[in-house]
Parts: sequence; C-alpha cells; structure tokens
Amino acid sequence: MKAAEQTVVAHSADDEVAFRRELLSTLPHLRAFARALCGRPDFADDLVQETAIRAWSARARFAPGTNLRAWTFAILRNHYLDQWRRERRQVDYDPDAAERLLVMEADQEGPLHLSDMEAALLKLSPERREAILLIGAAGFSYEDAAQISGCATGTMKSRVARARAELARMLDPQDEAPARDGPGQ
Amino acid sequence: MEFALSHLGGKDGRDRKLGALPARRRTSEPGWAQGLRKLYNSVLDEPIPDSFDDLLKKLDRGDDESR
Repeated sequence: MKAAEQTVVAHSADDEVAFRRELLSTLPHLRAFARALCGRPDFADDLVQETAIRAWSARARFAPGTNLRAWTFAILRNHYLDQWRRERRQVDYDPDAAERLLVMEADQEGPLHLSDMEAALLKLSPERREAILLIGAAGFSYEDAAQISGCATGTMKSRVARARAELARMLDPQDEAPARDGPGQ
Repeated sequence: MEFALSHLGGKDGRDRKLGALPARRRTSEPGWAQGLRKLYNSVLDEPIPDSFDDLLKKLDRGDDESR
C-alpha cells in the first residue's frame, strides 16, 4: 500500500484523538469518491469501511499535519483498483447504465441527469475516472491528485484532459470542438 | 480542449471548506462539469448510513485489530 509506506512517526494520545476525528470527517468524502469511482453504492461503502480500517491500522505511519484526506483517498483507490482488477467485469460493466447512456445520446434536449453522468463516468477507464473525480469534483490540486494515484503530475494532467474530452463527447456533444483529439491512451 | 475546470486544482492542495467544489462555478464551463460535482456533492451531503455503526464504534474504542 503506497500511502502507508511512510516513516513511522511518534504519536501522542492527542494525535490519536485528532487522527480519529479527522478520519471521521473524511468519511463523507470517501463515500462520494468511492460511489462515483465504482458506481455501486453497497460496494462503495464496503470500500470506504475497509479504507477507514486500513487507515486506522496504519495511523502510526501518517505524519500529523499532512493531508489526511489525500492519504485516505490513496488507500481507497489502491484498494479499489485491486478489487477492480480481480473482478473487472462484475464491478465495472453495467449494461443498464450503458443502455441509459445510449438513450441519452439520442436525445440531447433534456437536462443532464445524474444517472447519465454516472453512466458516462463508468465508461471511462478507471485511471481517467479517478483523475477527473480528484480534480473536477473532490477539488485536489494536480500535485496531490498525482500523489494519490502514484503517477507523475504530467500524467495526471493528461488523464484529466482525456477524461474531459471523453465526457464532453458523451454528454455535451453539441459543444464539441470541430477538431478533436483521438481517444489516445 | 481547454475547459474552465483546469483552474480548479489550486496550487497547494489545501482542503477547502469540506473540500468539495461548489456545484456551479462558471457559466462558461460545460454542463457535465457541473453534473460531475453535483453527483459527488449529492453523496457528500448524505448522512453516514447505519451500516457504518460497527466501524464507528470500533474507532471510538480505538480497536487495533483490523476486523
């Protein structure tokens, strides 16, 4: 677990109390991230609980004063990707979501529904999905997002750019620029 | 393709008030960008479900076993 590979820091009882309080305040963020990442509420909450337990167990490796939210997001995404690789099809492909998206593409007059948004997100690769969520929804800097995902900042920027292009193509096709980049990697 | 979202990150990664971004930022940004934040914020605003009770108790007691 990359996020936990940090120097063990001496923790006082006060640090533990502060850590617990901060961990609890991070739970809603972890739930929001996990839900959009995997698209399944029950699975998302399992991910969050597992993340919280792992974070608590590894608390001695968390440096007080650093970004706990980023640290726990990293634990969650690593755990999610492990699961995703293990059960790729069940976790990630939702034929109903794909179906809804097709219907949505045919009718661009109506407002954007959250279910459409969810379905479009699930069509992205997990790397691009987490990139756009970290930057576009959770409000992390590119540097923090890159650290969470264990990639270079430039890689994070390019993942976000590609995720944006794909989402725009799926959800706002009328706004699409005439000359667009290919899907690329 | 450059959208307004490219400026959202901030340079120090400091948590904003509750971290998440407001649902509406700029009128020039694409509709999906607002939809993305709306989706995220809709979960953020939910109360923590009862299924977390055991976890919360465990954290309250400061249990160290991982299960």
